[in-house]
Amino acid sequence: MKKNYKIEVDCANCALKMEEAAKKTQGVADASVNFVMQKMSVTFEDGADPGAVMKQVLKNCKKVESDCDIEL
Amino acid sequence: MKQKHRRMLYRIIAASVLTVLFALVPAESGAYGKPFKFLLFLVPYLIIGYDILIKAFKGIVRGRALDENVLMAIATIGAMILGAVHTGDFEEAVAVMIFYQIGELFQALAVERSRTSISKLMEIRPDCAWVEKDGVLEEVDPDEVEIGTVITVRPGERIPIDGIVTGGSSSLNTSALTGESIPRDVFPGDEVLSGSVNLSGVLKIRTTKEFGESAVSKILDLVENASSRKAKTEAFITRFARYYTPFVVACAVMLACVPPLAGYFAGGDPELHEWIYRALTFLVISCPCALVISIPLGFFAGLGGASREGILIKGSNFIEFLASAETVVFDKTGTLTQGVFEVSEVSSCGLPQEKLIELAAAAESSSPHPIAVSLVRAHGADIDRSRVTDSEDIPGKGVVAKVDGIPVAAGNGKLMEQLGLEYPEVSWHGSVVHVAVGGKYAGNIRVSDTIKPESRRSVEDLKDAGIKKTYMLTGDSEPTAEHVSGQLGIDHAYSRLLPEDKLARLEDIMEELDSPVIFVGDGINDAPSLVRADVGITMGAIGSDAAIEASDVVIMDDDPRRIAESIKISRKTMRIIRENIVFTLAVKFLFLGLSAAGYVDMWFAIIADVGVMIAAVLNSSRALRFRPLEKLKTDEKPAARTESETEETPGLPGAQIVSSSVRSSDSGTRSR
Repeated sequence: MKKNYKIEVDCANCALKMEEAAKKTQGVADASVNFVMQKMSVTFEDGADPGAVMKQVLKNCKKVESDCDIEL
Repeated sequence: MKQKHRRMLYRIIAASVLTVLFALVPAESGAYGKPFKFLLFLVPYLIIGYDILIKAFKGIVRGRALDENVLMAIATIGAMILGAVHTGDFEEAVAVMIFYQIGELFQALAVERSRTSISKLMEIRPDCAWVEKDGVLEEVDPDEVEIGTVITVRPGERIPIDGIVTGGSSSLNTSALTGESIPRDVFPGDEVLSGSVNLSGVLKIRTTKEFGESAVSKILDLVENASSRKAKTEAFITRFARYYTPFVVACAVMLACVPPLAGYFAGGDPELHEWIYRALTFLVISCPCALVISIPLGFFAGLGGASREGILIKGSNFIEFLASAETVVFDKTGTLTQGVFEVSEVSSCGLPQEKLIELAAAAESSSPHPIAVSLVRAHGADIDRSRVTDSEDIPGKGVVAKVDGIPVAAGNGKLMEQLGLEYPEVSWHGSVVHVAVGGKYAGNIRVSDTIKPESRRSVEDLKDAGIKKTYMLTGDSEPTAEHVSGQLGIDHAYSRLLPEDKLARLEDIMEELDSPVIFVGDGINDAPSLVRADVGITMGAIGSDAAIEASDVVIMDDDPRRIAESIKISRKTMRIIRENIVFTLAVKFLFLGLSAAGYVDMWFAIIADVGVMIAAVLNSSRALRFRPLEKLKTDEKPAARTESETEETPGLPGAQIVSSSVRSSDSGTRSR
C-alpha cells in the first residue's frame, strides 16, 4: 500500500535525511521524499497500520531534523 | 514569502546592521578590549544563529555529529573563541552565520518559487462542482460527487469531473488537456473530460467517473508525483554527499592536528592558531548543500518545463534516459498516421457506388472498428439501425449482416473465401473491404489511413535532436510500410507484425544497443512495448487510463514533434545539472585547497559556498524555460498532405491491408 503525505522541510539535505529515516522505520517498505513538491510517499509493508507507522516515521524524522513536519 | 521566511529576513537584517555597527568600535577601545567586543558580537551572533546552535546541540546529543548545523556551529564557535583568545576578530564568525542563513533562505525561496510555477500549471484543478438539488444549484466538493450525478457547468467554469453531456450545447476550451487551441463543440451525448473550460453555453453533465479517476486528477497526480522516481544522478549525489562531509571533516581534524604537531616536533613554532583557523574554514566549506539542492531542483525544473509544453514525464530517471537515447521506435497507426481511415476509391460491379457504400456501412454500422467508422462517415447520412438484422462480427475477417433483409458481407479476402465467393486481387497500399450482396460479389471499397501532417517534421526534428536511428513497426503489408517510412524518412520499417511480434522486435532492437530506446505508441494495444522500452511515450491518450498507466511519458496533444521536443528538454536539463555538479565541485575543491594552503579566510569560504549555491540554483531554474514549440504554420499542413495525395493517388500514405492481424489488432478500436 502506498500513501502520500504532505511534509514541511526547508533544505534539500534535510529532505534526504528524512527519507533515510522513514526508510529505516519498521513497517515501511519504501519511502521517497519529493523535496520540491514537499511530499513524502510511503509504501507500507503488508499488514502494517499506516497510522501507527507514520507516527513512528514522524518521530524518527524529528530525530534527524528537528525542523520538519509531516501532515498526518 | 512565508511568515517563517520573513522572520529569517528580519534576523539577517538585524544581525547585519549590528555587526556593521559594532565593527566600527575600535579594537583597542581602552580597558574593555577583546572580552567586551566578544560580548558585543555575541548579540548578533545569537540573533542569527540561535536556531542552528540549538539544532547542533540536539544533533550532538543524539549522536549525529556530522550534520551541517553541527559543522556550522563548531566553525563559528571556534572562530569566536579564536577571536577572544587571539585575533580579536569576531565579525568573521557572525558573517559566516549570516551568509549561511542567507543561503538557506535563498534556497527555501527558490524552491518555493519553482513550486509556484508548477502550481500555475495546476490551476486546472477545479475547486467545486454544482449539483442541482430540489431545483437549487448547490456547491459540492468534486470529491463527493457520485458517479451518475448530473452536474451543471456554466460558461467560464471548468468541468470538474469526466462525464457525458445530457443537456445544453457549448464549445469547450480543451487546451489544458490537449494543447489544442481551437475550441471543441459539444452536444448532448458527447463525452467531455474534466479540465476543459466551458466557453459559451450552460451544460448539464452526467458524471461517468469519480473525481479521483477523472482526467484532471490523473494529470495532476502525474505531475505532482513525477519526481518520486529518482534519476541515477540524484542517487549518485546522495551517495556522494554521504561521503563528502565526513571526508572534509576528517581533513579538517588532520589540518588542525598534524601540521602543528609536526611543527612542534620539528622544534619550530607550531602556529596552532593558524592551523585551527584553516581547519575551521574547511568546516565552513564542508556543507554539501549547493550540490544537494541544485540537482533535484534541476530535474524538477526540467519536469516542470516539459509539463508546460504538455509533455508529462513520470520521473527524473526518464529525463536521463531521454537525454541519452539514440533510437526511437514508432508504432505506425495512430502515432505517425491519424489512425482515422478515409474511403479513397470504390469499384462496384453493377450497383451504384453510393449504394455499395451504404450497404457496407449499414452492415458495419455497429462495429467500432476504425474502418467501419470510415465507411459510415463516407456514407454521410445516419443509418437507420433497424434496417440491419442478424449482424455478426467475424473477428479478423469482417462482418455479415442482413440489410433490409438482404444478406450483406463486408470484409477482407478471407471473408470472401469463407463465403465461397470469387474476388479480384486488388493491388492497393491500404485496406480493401470486399462487399458481397445477396450472396454475390458486389465490389470493393479501398480505405486508407493518412499520415499526420507533423510526422515528417517530427522525424527530421528527431535527427536534429541527436537521434541516430528510427524504426517503424506495423501490422501492415510491406508496400504500405515502405511507403510510409519512405515518405517520413524513417530508417527501418518492419511490416506484418502481430502485436506480440512488435514486442519481440523491440526487444531485438534493444538487445543490439547500449543506449536507451524510446518507444512511441498510442497506448491502444502496444502497452507491453511501452512498458518494455526504456522510455514509453504515448500521444493524445489523455482519457485512456491504460495508456497513461503503461507509459513513462504522456504527450497531451497529438503532435509527434513533441517527441523531439521532450528529448531536447531532457538534454538541456541534463546539461544544466552536469554544469551544476562540475561547477559546484570545482569551486568546493578549489576553496578547500586554497584554505588548506592558507590563502583564503573564512569570509571567502562562506561567500564562495553560498555564492556557488545561488549560482547553481539560478542555473537550475533555466531548465524551466524552454522555447515553446511553434504551431505548425497552416501553409505547411496541406503541403505534406497534398504532396502525398497528388504524386501517387492510388498509394495514399498510411494505407492498411485488411489481414487478420490488422483487423484484430493493429488499428484496434481507437475511441475518438
